[in-house]
Amino acid sequence: MIDVVVCEYGAGNVRSVIVALRRLGIEAKTTEEGDEVIGADLAILPGVGAAGSAMRGLKERGLDEALIKRVEGGRPTLGICLGLQLAVEHSDEDEGVTGLGILPGRASLIREGRVPRIGWARVEPGDEAFYFAHSYAVETSAAVGYSEGIVAEAALGSFVGVQFHPEKSGNAGRRFLERHIDRVVAWKADSNGVPVSGTGRP
Amino acid sequence: MPLPRLIPCLDVAAGRVVKGVKFEGLRDVGDPVELGAAYSDAGADELVFLDIKATVENRASLVELVERVAERLAIPYTVGGGVRSEEDAERLLLGGADKVSVNSAAVADPALLTRLAGLLGSQAVVIAIDTKAGGVYTHAGGRAAHRDTIEWAIEAQERGAGEILLTSIDADGTRDGYDVEITKRVAEAVSIPVIASGGAGNNRHVAEALGVAQAALLASILHENPDRLRTLRDEIRADGIELRDAA
Repeated sequence: MIDVVVCEYGAGNVRSVIVALRRLGIEAKTTEEGDEVIGADLAILPGVGAAGSAMRGLKERGLDEALIKRVEGGRPTLGICLGLQLAVEHSDEDEGVTGLGILPGRASLIREGRVPRIGWARVEPGDEAFYFAHSYAVETSAAVGYSEGIVAEAALGSFVGVQFHPEKSGNAGRRFLERHIDRVVAWKADSNGVPVSGTGRP
Repeated sequence: MPLPRLIPCLDVAAGRVVKGVKFEGLRDVGDPVELGAAYSDAGADELVFLDIKATVENRASLVELVERVAERLAIPYTVGGGVRSEEDAERLLLGGADKVSVNSAAVADPALLTRLAGLLGSQAVVIAIDTKAGGVYTHAGGRAAHRDTIEWAIEAQERGAGEILLTSIDADGTRDGYDVEITKRVAEAVSIPVIASGGAGNNRHVAEALGVAQAALLASILHENPDRLRTLRDEIRADGIELRDAA
């Protein structure tokens, strides 16, 4: 089995990620320790709230460097919601926040429709709907999935980021997490430091 | 725009789900943990848990019960009732809530919305507005706030609320249909999502509400038979409204 850590940095509903993984038979561990984040088979960066305080929370614990390091080492890493927005180079939120730079691009305020954008929406390619709750969205050349013109999913090297909440997306979310875990298991099985590819959606 | 949402609501008092008519004559309709799990499994798009006695009896929300419900859900979860401070809200989020709903305390102290939004993000802050004859009521409908509903909705948005849960006191529990008029006026006045609440009796009522709001709250219509949610979803789809495929 793989060992999974969920970054605990004072920004987010860590618990629902843990509960969702438990339903898949995985006892994930929450951690504030950089070394644990670097070493795990899969590290998950969840997050809700504002980019500024979240980035401060990561830095105070040294988790920013830990996440960058593990992605450089080709270790599977999953960012959820704010976890995707923190991964790009810059966010416009809170008068501008420098991101982790794991992905190229920036996060900016959504300008269409009702904001916050809250609810279930289809992610393409594919036809499953996932749950979104966000006011900012990323623009990145690493985008691999879209929802109503908004980047829903981005992947580069061993990092995958999703704007939706798989842990809150019912059966579709469960399938996403299952497939994502399967890919990490496969990566671990023939791990020659080869970056994991694909995201978790078919 | 995201798909319209159907949101079962658990009005909880003394650890049990209750339901009244026009906020009065409450009767016991079930266990919150079992009902919450049943709705999550039956395709609910979200779940709302309101500790309706917290404001009236002046006690803190039932965090332990909130946690037990959260353990059984695979969908978004809003919890309200008695939220007065950032600490109250954080406790609920740590207990597994994704959003907190604030009502009376925000009317008394509108800056609370700004503080909560700064801490949690607007997407996690729901302003619950109980309305009657165009005015706002607090304390589970027991007290007139002497505020215009539309004005308060706009102010709540400006102060950081990310969603409005609008309950018509006169329609609540009647099963005679939502108050579409006030819901439409609020939805047109703000740019955040609006959840219509109070009065659902059949699929047509819900379809009407979804014509003006982004989501519809459901309570009395479901609690006696949680499986009703499945048939209701099919009926609403047949009315031409697209809902998510929960399979």
